[in-house]
Amino acid sequence: MVHIVGLEDTLGSHPFAEGMDPDALRTIVGCCANAVYHPGDYIFREGEAADNFYLIRHGLVALEIHVPQGPPIVVETLEAGDIFGWSWLIPPYRWTSDARASEQVRLLKLDGACLRGKMESDRSLGYEIYKRFVPIMARRLASTRMRIVELATEPAVTPRHKG
Amino acid sequence: MDVIAANVVATTDPMVPMPFRITRVIREIPGVYTWHLKPLDGKPFHYRPGQFNMVYQFGVGEIPVSISGDSREPDTLVHTIRAVGPVTNAMQELHAGAVVGIRGPFGRPWPIDEVVGSDIVFVTSTIGLAPLRGLIYEVLHRRQDFGKVIICYGTRGVDDIMYEQDLHRWRARFDTNVHLTVHSAPSGYRGRVGSVNAAIRAARPDWSATTAFVCRSEALTRQAVDTLGELGVTKDRVWVTLERNMQCAIGLCGHCQIGTTFVCKDGPVYRYDQIEHLYSVREF
Repeated sequence: MVHIVGLEDTLGSHPFAEGMDPDALRTIVGCCANAVYHPGDYIFREGEAADNFYLIRHGLVALEIHVPQGPPIVVETLEAGDIFGWSWLIPPYRWTSDARASEQVRLLKLDGACLRGKMESDRSLGYEIYKRFVPIMARRLASTRMRIVELATEPAVTPRHKG
Repeated sequence: MDVIAANVVATTDPMVPMPFRITRVIREIPGVYTWHLKPLDGKPFHYRPGQFNMVYQFGVGEIPVSISGDSREPDTLVHTIRAVGPVTNAMQELHAGAVVGIRGPFGRPWPIDEVVGSDIVFVTSTIGLAPLRGLIYEVLHRRQDFGKVIICYGTRGVDDIMYEQDLHRWRARFDTNVHLTVHSAPSGYRGRVGSVNAAIRAARPDWSATTAFVCRSEALTRQAVDTLGELGVTKDRVWVTLERNMQCAIGLCGHCQIGTTFVCKDGPVYRYDQIEHLYSVREF
């Protein structure tokens, strides 16, 4: 027998919605849809209007940076349980990188433009959303800093004895 | 070179190098090479994973190098060396047939018997895989003694992956997981891109019953330990290695001393909680 799971359950089981106020969850579900991308598909491209954000249910998503006179490079991958796309929160609401499916990817796609309007009129909803995005942004920033340290100190296992 | 080697008297004096012949040279990645060596006296070289040797190029100099082979194959000694200074650069020019001096093995090995029954997570990056490789071999030899075995390995790019054949072999096993991550990759790359922490977070052992073996630069060991701690691995279940300027290798000269510990004889393997305080001492 096929068991049909509603969007509310699907969204509610994603780490993003953990502990979320039920009213806020219901509002967000109204801006939410399932999406599937095949390997190599672009989910969004740098410079395009950023009107969505995404919760990964399954698969690997590559964030790519366009390099002039060369092919783009992958700078990060995200996987099930991760969230990507916060440009919808920050003017001018344009993507700052490409996002591409590294394999078949199942996502929850949230309409950020719709949510922006709702957050303006319902500040507690806005607080719920920001409360979830700010720690992710902080973690990614910390991770990026540590990657700078990684690149500065490895490879080498930095031998003290330059023998 | 052979004349010099022939004049080296076989001895058990830890300060006297024993002659070993390079039988094979493998170029792993640019600037990193692996030697397979055999002792001229033909005797097996017994050691335990995690120990190191002092490797001497006659007339050039001596350096500490961890042993990165399979300790169950004592007829072949394996060292992986990164060319970073005058000695290691000179060594890079040696070919199969050359003879070098070896003193060792020295240092405290990885504590494999103490962690029987645990899930095992290896956390390493770039050439840090070399000191762990012998332990990985041993854990896989004794696979039934452990729960899940997960290798989290990071490199700068797809061209910097060490021991690629081993990684393929380990990944192909049904009882071992390999989580590889690179800092950046060409578009279309289908693996994970990010920090080694991303690889740790992708692992799914029973964190409360996990022992972690970490071999990273010291700046990043703490980061790895913090991530493991967030997931539930207490610091007394994390084992790390320290690298210092080891010269005598028997705790006499003091070059490798940090606080009260001599890395050459008390280490290079330490339980993290026992040396955690050293990581917070600036410029130490």
